[in-house]
Amino acid sequence: MNSKKTKRPGFFGSIRLFFTDRDKLEPALITILAGAFSILMGVGLIFIVSKDPVTSTKNFLLGPVLRTYNFYYLMIAMVPITFTGLAMCIIYKLRYMSLIVDSSFYIGAVVATAIGVKLSLPPGIHPAVAMIAAGLVGGLIGLLPAILKIKWRANELVSSLMFNYIFYFIGSFIILYYLRDRDQTILASLPFQKSFNLPKLVENTQLHAGFIIAAVFVVIVSIFLFRTRWGFEIRIAGANPKFAAYAGIPVATVALYAHFVAGFIGGLGGAVEMSGLYRAFIWQMNPSYAMDGVIVAMLARKNPKFVPLSAFFLAYLRVGADFMSRRGDVAFEFITLLQGMIILILASDKILNYFKARRLRRNALLAESSANAAAAQGGQA
Amino acid sequence: MIEFIVNVFTSANYWFIVLRSTAPILLVTLGAVITESAGIKNMALEGSMLWAALVGVIVSSWTGSAWLGLLGGILAAVAIALTLGLFALKLDANAVLCGVALNLFSTGGTVFVLFSLTGDKGISSSLASKTLPFIKIPFIQDIPWLGKVISGQNVVIWLAIAAVVVVHFIMNKATIGRRIKATGENVEAAKAAGIDPDHIKFFTLIVSGVLAGIAGCFLSMGYTSNFTSGIAAGRGYVANAAQVVAGGTAVGAIFASLIFGLTDAMATYLQNVGLPPELIQALPYFVTILGFIVVTLIRDRRESIRKKKLFEGKLPKGGLKPVMTGSDAGGATPV
Repeated sequence: MNSKKTKRPGFFGSIRLFFTDRDKLEPALITILAGAFSILMGVGLIFIVSKDPVTSTKNFLLGPVLRTYNFYYLMIAMVPITFTGLAMCIIYKLRYMSLIVDSSFYIGAVVATAIGVKLSLPPGIHPAVAMIAAGLVGGLIGLLPAILKIKWRANELVSSLMFNYIFYFIGSFIILYYLRDRDQTILASLPFQKSFNLPKLVENTQLHAGFIIAAVFVVIVSIFLFRTRWGFEIRIAGANPKFAAYAGIPVATVALYAHFVAGFIGGLGGAVEMSGLYRAFIWQMNPSYAMDGVIVAMLARKNPKFVPLSAFFLAYLRVGADFMSRRGDVAFEFITLLQGMIILILASDKILNYFKARRLRRNALLAESSANAAAAQGGQA
Repeated sequence: MIEFIVNVFTSANYWFIVLRSTAPILLVTLGAVITESAGIKNMALEGSMLWAALVGVIVSSWTGSAWLGLLGGILAAVAIALTLGLFALKLDANAVLCGVALNLFSTGGTVFVLFSLTGDKGISSSLASKTLPFIKIPFIQDIPWLGKVISGQNVVIWLAIAAVVVVHFIMNKATIGRRIKATGENVEAAKAAGIDPDHIKFFTLIVSGVLAGIAGCFLSMGYTSNFTSGIAAGRGYVANAAQVVAGGTAVGAIFASLIFGLTDAMATYLQNVGLPPELIQALPYFVTILGFIVVTLIRDRRESIRKKKLFEGKLPKGGLKPVMTGSDAGGATPV
């Protein structure tokens, strides 16, 4: 390498590299196939249960693009799952299994509600304050399972699931006892102050500025993970904790700040969702966007750059399913069958590395046979 | 306050509820204990319970027999456990992630099937499902306090107690138990001894599926008489925490699940006193995680003392004993 700096491949260069590097291309191909397979499975399910399968299938597959407002709805639906997807990317890069982002998101929304209802600040600053506060609280919550794991090696998935129940009940307690609007018959918080709502991007639609904030965070998290020391440490600690420890990386500290950042993004996402989309806190149950975050992160192959793409795919499925269920006899919940299937396929190393394994096997066989041939020749001579 | 607590703990009704809410947790915890001993984490227990609860209701309403419903439910739960095995063992997927996927698959999938069959997303009341029988014990029911506690309980409570005996027997007395433990502690050594680890893991998954199936059917055909969406309410997850508290034994599972049962039953009483129901509902999960933390803390402390002794050359009496580490201690398995 001498003193010459290695040249980074440019944009087109990296695309060319991507298509020539089979180790990268093939898993990407299989990820796309998994998505396609899940859609096929969905269509199959529709044909089993629906009385009018053709219309239902059409609504499912084309619903998001048939109506303009459906497409706006899709863009709105991308916002929360982009945030949770980014948070899950960080946690999965560290090879932790925690689902605590669910709590961060929910409590983030509750904190934002409290600020949106109780404080009066100038517009612009008001949602910003709420987002930062929600992010900080979400980050602190995100730390909990990581601390338990680092200090006492308690399984982080189990503890995070318990915490998710606890924080859900605490959150709804806060809404019910301190922020509830008693004039409403359904469970709802007092209405937000006018200054709390994010501006709309397009007149007469629900598309709000949160979409831009989400896009900004995609860039920030990409830079954080791939261009900063902290991100580098997270990736090393995830890929090989022992090596990281030998190399002098404080693995425990890395795990803690990674979880804080993930929780921060989750909590901030909750605040964005509240100030962008709602006029009061009206969730009757936890929307569980962290589960969607898992799928988004896995479809993006844990790379924040691809999060918008996979968030778009998932939002497309969900909006299509929603449109179909409103106009037909297929329940919206069938989407979770497809989502579960996608995770199962993408979690399977054997499926993901099928082509690679086959190639390696073939190369090994070729090498063996040529060696045999050489040995036979050597024997003759 | 003290009077209230004394009143609760002496009332037969409280202990009746304790038994009733402990039984399903005990069953799934046993399932978690046996799979964990073989070195595979079954996070799909929640999903298994949900499908069992739904299929039990559907089959019992079709056939008119609660027992056939139970059978159907068990088969459904085993199918979920086997799916986990297929992906985790045969296709090299991360078992924990598969469990999460299967739970997602089940939460929505059960609602989807319920809606497709009945047109209702919340509750299966339009299906004329049966309940598993409640057992009145002839002489014991006349004993003043005890009769009210243990007579008139659902048959599943007795099945749960039987399951403790069976799992204890499998783990400690039968050959398969030694194979399970060998697989869980050292896969390579087990292989060298001629054990097929995948067979053992599949076997434990089937057992955990059966147990989760019984528990799930109890929820919809005994605990309540309908399937409602999300009926398992995190009991499968609680079982995974309780398994750590149980320390990998069937007898420990009784105590671990009693922690949950005692708080869960207490919650119904505390609601009557006028404490906010949201916080009370969080109580069982809170106590479970507390137990979970305390037990992992103690185990970790014990192990570090042991390591220290090893380092100083002072071995405990009787030489080296295998100590729960890694996934047994509830984590630290790299994923």
